[in-house]
Amino acid sequence: MGKFRKEGKKEVPQVSTSSLPDIVYMLIFFFMITTSMRDVELKVKTAMPKASEIQKLEKKALVSSIYIGPPRDTKLGTESRIQLDDAFARPADIADWIQKERDSRSEADRPLLTTALKVHKETRMGVVTDVKQELRKVGAFRINYTTLKGSALEN
Amino acid sequence: MARKVPEINSSSQADIAFLLLCFFLMTTSMDVDYGITRRLPPPVEQNDEDVKVKERNVMNVLVNKNDRLLVNGRPSDISLLKDEAKRFMTPRPNDETAPETERKTFDLVGEVLMSKGVISLQNDRGTSYAMYISVQNELARAFNELREEMSMAKFHKHLDQLNEDQTKAINDAVPVRVSEAEPAEY
Repeated sequence: MGKFRKEGKKEVPQVSTSSLPDIVYMLIFFFMITTSMRDVELKVKTAMPKASEIQKLEKKALVSSIYIGPPRDTKLGTESRIQLDDAFARPADIADWIQKERDSRSEADRPLLTTALKVHKETRMGVVTDVKQELRKVGAFRINYTTLKGSALEN
Repeated sequence: MARKVPEINSSSQADIAFLLLCFFLMTTSMDVDYGITRRLPPPVEQNDEDVKVKERNVMNVLVNKNDRLLVNGRPSDISLLKDEAKRFMTPRPNDETAPETERKTFDLVGEVLMSKGVISLQNDRGTSYAMYISVQNELARAFNELREEMSMAKFHKHLDQLNEDQTKAINDAVPVRVSEAEPAEY
């Protein structure tokens, strides 16, 4: 009967952790590939309205964003301001900014450049119209009104 | 005699990897942007040559600074706009009050009856952006529904199941005819 008697103490074997780094590395690679560093610090609020007839903005490298909304710093008032890159701007600055954005892309990509308008929902259309007129002047015709997913009737 | 190289302790490798992982977790932003894509018209030259458009071919949509809608001179509501736009753009060759129609032939879909109607959108500088997007969205929804109907009639498939050529044919046969008025000078 001794054949079946358990030898020694009954112990749970330790889980081998030698593959843990491999698993973590896999996760790292996943995040490294999917990551896109946040490039601007938002100085304006951009709570965007909802819409249902929307398309995905593909190829983020070909998208430059204009942010319009009331400043986050309440000392600057509640009037909607335009933010290009990291600073407040006037509509007159858009032409130079578009030129700069074009220069930073390769020749082949320039006609595909899309301007994404990220506008706070309470902004008055006057500012947006000014921006659109400037974009038309410099020939940046492809625009995208960035919105959230949802029903437009809830806005 | 070969010297034995001591093995490097790799138990801290996991910690290093975790540190890197935390960094990428914090900096990553995987939010995908969605939006309504539009093409702005090229700037108009300074000429007084107005393109004459027959009144029956135009549906005027006005949004005032209080976000109220006026469709062809009559007050309307955003919840009715989609159906009004769809009704306006549906070709009705026997209706005198509806926009004119024409027959055109396209690849894949063949001869279709097209409406010559144009939806003219005009907003005030005081209109809120949310309202503007709602109006744009409802108009886009009207055209998407017309496209869906055309797709079902011609290909017996839903719009999102069509291949690239078929989608292009449908888009050509039912173009988005929304024109934004030039902003008035103040």
